[in-house]
Amino acid sequence: MHSGHAQVAHHFPSVRAQFEAGKLGMWIFLATEILLFGGLFCAYAVYRANHPEVFIYAHRYLDKVLGGINTAVLILSSFTMAWAVRAAQLSQSQRLVRLLAATIACGFVFLGIKYVEYEHKWKEGLLWGKRFKPTHQERVVEKDVPPPRPLTDVNPEERSTLPLPAPPPAGLARPEESTPVGGVVPKNVQIFFSVYFLMTGLHGLHVIAGMIVLTWMLWRARQGEFSAAYFTPVDLAGLYWHLVDLIWIYLFPLLYLIH
Amino acid sequence: MSVPVGNALHQDNYLTHGKGWKSWLFTLDHKRIGVMYLISILASFLLGGVFALLVRMELWTPQRTIMDANTYNQMFTLHGAAMIFLFIIPGIPAALGNFILPLMLGAKDVAFPRLNLLSYYLWVVGAVFALVSIITGAVDTGWTFYTPYSTTTNTSVISITFGVFILGFSSIFTGINFIVSIHKLRPPTMTWFKMPLFLWSLYGTALIQILATPVLGITLLLLLAERALGVGIFDPALGGDPVLFQHFFWFYSHPAVYIMILPAMGIISELVATFSHRHIFGYKFIAMSSIAIAVISFLVWGHHMFVSGQSNLANLIFSILTFLVAIPSAVKVFNWVATMYKGEVELATPMLYALAFLFLFGIGGLTGLFLGALATDVHLTDTYFVVAHFHYTMFGGTAIAFFGGLFYWWPKITGRMYREKWARMAAFLIFIGFNTAFLAQFIMGAQGMPRRYYNYLPEFAPYHKVSTIGAFVLAVGFVLAAATLLHSLYAGELAPANPWGAATLEWHTSSPPPHENFETQPVPGDPYDVDQWVYDAAAGGYVLAPAGASGGRA
Ligand code: HEM
Ligand SMILES: [Cu+2]
Repeated sequence: MHSGHAQVAHHFPSVRAQFEAGKLGMWIFLATEILLFGGLFCAYAVYRANHPEVFIYAHRYLDKVLGGINTAVLILSSFTMAWAVRAAQLSQSQRLVRLLAATIACGFVFLGIKYVEYEHKWKEGLLWGKRFKPTHQERVVEKDVPPPRPLTDVNPEERSTLPLPAPPPAGLARPEESTPVGGVVPKNVQIFFSVYFLMTGLHGLHVIAGMIVLTWMLWRARQGEFSAAYFTPVDLAGLYWHLVDLIWIYLFPLLYLIH
Repeated sequence: MSVPVGNALHQDNYLTHGKGWKSWLFTLDHKRIGVMYLISILASFLLGGVFALLVRMELWTPQRTIMDANTYNQMFTLHGAAMIFLFIIPGIPAALGNFILPLMLGAKDVAFPRLNLLSYYLWVVGAVFALVSIITGAVDTGWTFYTPYSTTTNTSVISITFGVFILGFSSIFTGINFIVSIHKLRPPTMTWFKMPLFLWSLYGTALIQILATPVLGITLLLLLAERALGVGIFDPALGGDPVLFQHFFWFYSHPAVYIMILPAMGIISELVATFSHRHIFGYKFIAMSSIAIAVISFLVWGHHMFVSGQSNLANLIFSILTFLVAIPSAVKVFNWVATMYKGEVELATPMLYALAFLFLFGIGGLTGLFLGALATDVHLTDTYFVVAHFHYTMFGGTAIAFFGGLFYWWPKITGRMYREKWARMAAFLIFIGFNTAFLAQFIMGAQGMPRRYYNYLPEFAPYHKVSTIGAFVLAVGFVLAAATLLHSLYAGELAPANPWGAATLEWHTSSPPPHENFETQPVPGDPYDVDQWVYDAAAGGYVLAPAGASGGRA
């Protein structure tokens, strides 16, 4: 990397062509990122369509407040990022450095809150697949009772003809605990937590990657590399960061706000 | 415009520009990266070939011949994985495409040279992870890594799938580079419909690479998470669904077969036009059919899952869509044949490969239709018929085109001509060996010989013996081809700038090209206007006809 002014690599006819090539490349890369997550969204859709009761039941164990705060934090970081790009375009190097730092700070807040959430799940044993060992549930589990009142149309042959189970004896379930739908825990709750950890985990890795890139930008900005004549890297890093935010904007309602 | 006539070996060219191993390992020159890819990919082909011969030797007798059943499972898995992920997917785009694409555009390099080098090293790292699994417990799942077996076997599934995951990124980066290069480095006078067909096909390939490969990436990540952490997405015991793995896998892997075949078709378009010494017939049809294939290829993955228990409706739809793919494929074949019709077909080595391609891919494609038909597929699926089908398409199609392209561009890449006679002999042996090896497999497959079996009923033994003999003939053919090429490096005549009389821009520069690709910037015209070029005995190749004179073959 050289510092200073705009440079054109020998195989580009002009700065502009080089800038446009970089942008196009980045957009294509973002498309591949969306497709990478696409697989997970697809898995989500399949399991949710087949087992809505699992999702309805299990999502209550997620902390809406913390999730909401995190959403706000990321939206704020998108804002500081966009402003940073603007600052680079206007050659305001001081401001650029501060805004990049602010964006990275938002990333740390996000990860911190995510850590609190994960730790909580860990303690409660609300983990993925094989590791799913809820600490507080045994009393209400009634394994062989099929889920009552499916929310979407289920193949009638698969719907149970058994009557709803009797409510559990009073005093066994602590009142402050969320009573599962119809008083029954659906089967295979772990699949929700598998999906939850896979989606948020992969997203978290992307946040970390984005923060590394932004730190690199911060370092280069402090060397005074960026100006109105040359700001492509900041612009591209910004696009990446916005994508990471955007994915969270989808993850939040899909995982935390299920009706 | 001046076009170099002779060779440039004595001058400064990309091979002499910069000395020492560092000038290779850290090069940003697309030509050198292409050559490094070429060497690595051919090494993988050799490795995969050795595994194949071992498999064929084991199948010589119905019982144990040289190895035990477990080793056999590992051998066919390694053979498939090496051939598919290390050789055939990156083969044409990353090796030949890397070298040729900027030259065909009249550009100095690809859009992102550093990304290009990165993608090469990702390939190396991915290959290392994949191959390390041989030492730590060679995988025995088959190249498709189907769950639940792949999550329960005690072999190194993690290492190999992580390797393939990295190889996927290498492929994505190549795709991004090519798309951006074609959009942004095309000279203004080269409009989309003035692009050589090889570039069209690389463009279509790159589209598939970037749209399908990420899905393979997430599939493999899920498989890794499943094995390492037990997330249960594909595990019925934990509420997951193993068929979901198959959907994900084929959502990538069917388009991936077009990542393999599209660039091959691009090469064939160049070869057929050049060696028929005639303008390509139906340019626009060939170009647009590449894109049509790229699009349809995303909608047919379910034809690998006809017996997986997916619904009849899904089977029906996938079957119909599968038949659709045959249309653009056939459009190409008809146009190539029409190009040869009334052309002056010259049976040079690359053209022999092109003709072999037409024949073999014809069989491969048509047998695909048998498999795409629901009733016949239920009988044929998981038999040697499928094995023969995909070898006719992948080997008879892609690999043959790759070697055709290699012999075609060899003078450009190395600056040396090979012995035409030996090369033709090798092509002939490969053709004979290939058909011997794989026609027999169609027959035994139709009779019910299942694929991937270690022991088999004695009545299939004659077919297996024929197939094994064919495989060894094939191997001899490749050894001869390799010897011919290696020999040319030391003793070959120096290559002229344009030995074949082709009109695309890579022939407008000396062989091998200078570091910056062109001494004088070429002016792109019609890439198939071969009549501009006349044979010049003194130059040993073709030169541009003087203005006004009528060109053509002497
Ligand atoms: C006209 C074009 C084609 C059609 C209609 C077609 C159709 C099919 C069908 C229906 C199957 C599934 C058979 C089964 O598992 O029962 C299949 C398998 C396969 N095809 Fe094709 N195909 C075509 C071209 C190609 C090409 C061009 C390639 C590669 C270059 C290819 C590679 C494969 C492979 C690798 C498999 C088997 C994968 C496995 O199970 O290991 N096919 N094809
Ligand atoms: Cu397919």
